[in-house]
Amino acid sequence: MDLSLIIMQLLSGIALGAVLVITALGLTIVFGMLGVVNFAHGALFMIGAYAGLYLASLTGSFWWGLLLAPILIGAFGMLIEFVLIRRLYGRSIDDPLLLTFGLSYILVEGVRIVFGSDGIPFPTPPQLIGVLDLGIGFFPRYRLFVIVLVAVVLLALWLTLEKTRVGLIVRAGARDPTIMQVLGVDIGRVWLAIFGLGVGLAALGGVLAGPMRSVNPEMGSLVLAEAFVVTVIGGLGSIVGAVVAGLMVGVSISMVALFAPEMATIVMFALMAVVLLIRPQGLFGVRGRTA
Amino acid sequence: MTGPSSSEALTKPASSGLGWLLDQRVLLSIAVLALLPWLLPSKALAVNVLIYGVVVMGYNLLFGYTGLLSFGQAAFFGAGAYFTGIAIGRYGMPWFAAVPVAVLLSTCLAAAIGVVSTRTRGIYFSMVTLALAQLVYYVALQAASFTGGENGLRGFTVDRISLFGLQVNFLDPVNKYYVLMAFAALAMWFQSRILNSPFGAVIEAIRENEQRARACGYDVERSKLVVFMLSGAISSLGGCMLALHLSIVPLDILHYQTSGMIVMMVLLGGASSFFGPFVGAASFLILEDVISLWTPHWQIIVGAIFVLFVLFLPKGIWGTLLDALGIGKARR
Repeated sequence: MDLSLIIMQLLSGIALGAVLVITALGLTIVFGMLGVVNFAHGALFMIGAYAGLYLASLTGSFWWGLLLAPILIGAFGMLIEFVLIRRLYGRSIDDPLLLTFGLSYILVEGVRIVFGSDGIPFPTPPQLIGVLDLGIGFFPRYRLFVIVLVAVVLLALWLTLEKTRVGLIVRAGARDPTIMQVLGVDIGRVWLAIFGLGVGLAALGGVLAGPMRSVNPEMGSLVLAEAFVVTVIGGLGSIVGAVVAGLMVGVSISMVALFAPEMATIVMFALMAVVLLIRPQGLFGVRGRTA
Repeated sequence: MTGPSSSEALTKPASSGLGWLLDQRVLLSIAVLALLPWLLPSKALAVNVLIYGVVVMGYNLLFGYTGLLSFGQAAFFGAGAYFTGIAIGRYGMPWFAAVPVAVLLSTCLAAAIGVVSTRTRGIYFSMVTLALAQLVYYVALQAASFTGGENGLRGFTVDRISLFGLQVNFLDPVNKYYVLMAFAALAMWFQSRILNSPFGAVIEAIRENEQRARACGYDVERSKLVVFMLSGAISSLGGCMLALHLSIVPLDILHYQTSGMIVMMVLLGGASSFFGPFVGAASFLILEDVISLWTPHWQIIVGAIFVLFVLFLPKGIWGTLLDALGIGKARR
């Protein structure tokens, strides 16, 4: 097998993994702060893709869709937290999970009513159509853009968390919400913002994935399973874990697709099972809360 | 899903008169199920209530009684159905051999998934069971020569059930219902025995307080694995019933939407109550039937009702009713 082909497939895997990283990151940040696993995460990813598509056709530009869809859906996520999930804090940890599962039913069917059940193609923005010569081979411009954008978002997120006052509050809140309240921080507002951020990241993942796969109401269920696999491998609540595991899963899928295409959908689950047998808390997870 | 305290669960009510009758939960449940085809608008609906009731009952052992929220029960429901279909269609087994073989193989699958998933706790468990059940789905999709892939499993029909020289025409809906009800009765008897056994008390202790159960010297990990397998075995029997009923196995049976539907049914009916799963299966299927009469988008309404149940009626229809009637924990 040609070496350059393998490198190209590796890059493809990184692009695939980049979308997984963004999506899983939303899931893992919300869990780390609120202790809630959002089962509607896949559905919100799908809604993000539809919102991006709709906004892009409304404004005539992909870039407005890319910018506005995560903000709008993130705000919608804050509404969900405020109206529904907030009522369940202090109840069984299963309750938010069950509630968001029911919500995903409503969201998927809602999209079917508005946009129909059939898949819709998501056009690649004209500036990013075609391939780029990397010297060793040709790589789709759009996928390269996805890798760069995700890297930028990750950097911005990391800087916000580590270097700003807001980030300090968030990190402290994840460790001990009670102390934060004693210190005069309105933890409810922090949770609201974090849930919005998590949902916004899901929507961003959806918009980015749009031109790579077609957009349909069912796309969220596969994404949910993928995001779960990534967070379980990386360790729930760990940001570094989500990044490493997301890239790992993306690369394994595209590498296996090269050699044994029929195994491509199965490999990530096998990877997860192996990690769980060796390290039940995930690669970067903290023992105690989950395993 | 926190039930009443475990000390209450261990006290048996005095058995006399009405109390004695209430203690016969298996007989009471069978009596209600026997009337079902005449109460519901169609026999097909009654058969589905029976099948999903058994599946959800098995799941209730895991979720309701042990407190493990799995999102992968469809794997065992589907495994039971596929193994039954393959045993009959491909290997020419009679139904009375195919069903035990299918349940046994499904229990082995539950053991494999259980070994990995019961190593995790809390929310992790839900995510891992979902992912592993999706793995089963994709394996069934890829192994098309065995499972029929996307088209589902076809090519096996059970039109006659013969046992001890007795011939039953299985195509007649009423006969079919009562034959399948015998399976359900067996499953109910088995589940009731598990719940009444010391092991039944151990799993409820794990639900109420895992650390305390561990401190009392119970092997929590092993108990979880055993209950995972038992739950998978009972749900897989529901799958066998579905295969016998439909004579095809749709691939969708393994999808995570089916697992979600099982979760919805148990919650609608009432987790950790004996008859709740049947109430849940019946209400879900009736709801689906009624709503889909006037809109194809029944899922949006079912989803909304489910959300309302989580928020305001977490004990479900049957659980809330039992509470209102003041029927104690031990008689559920």
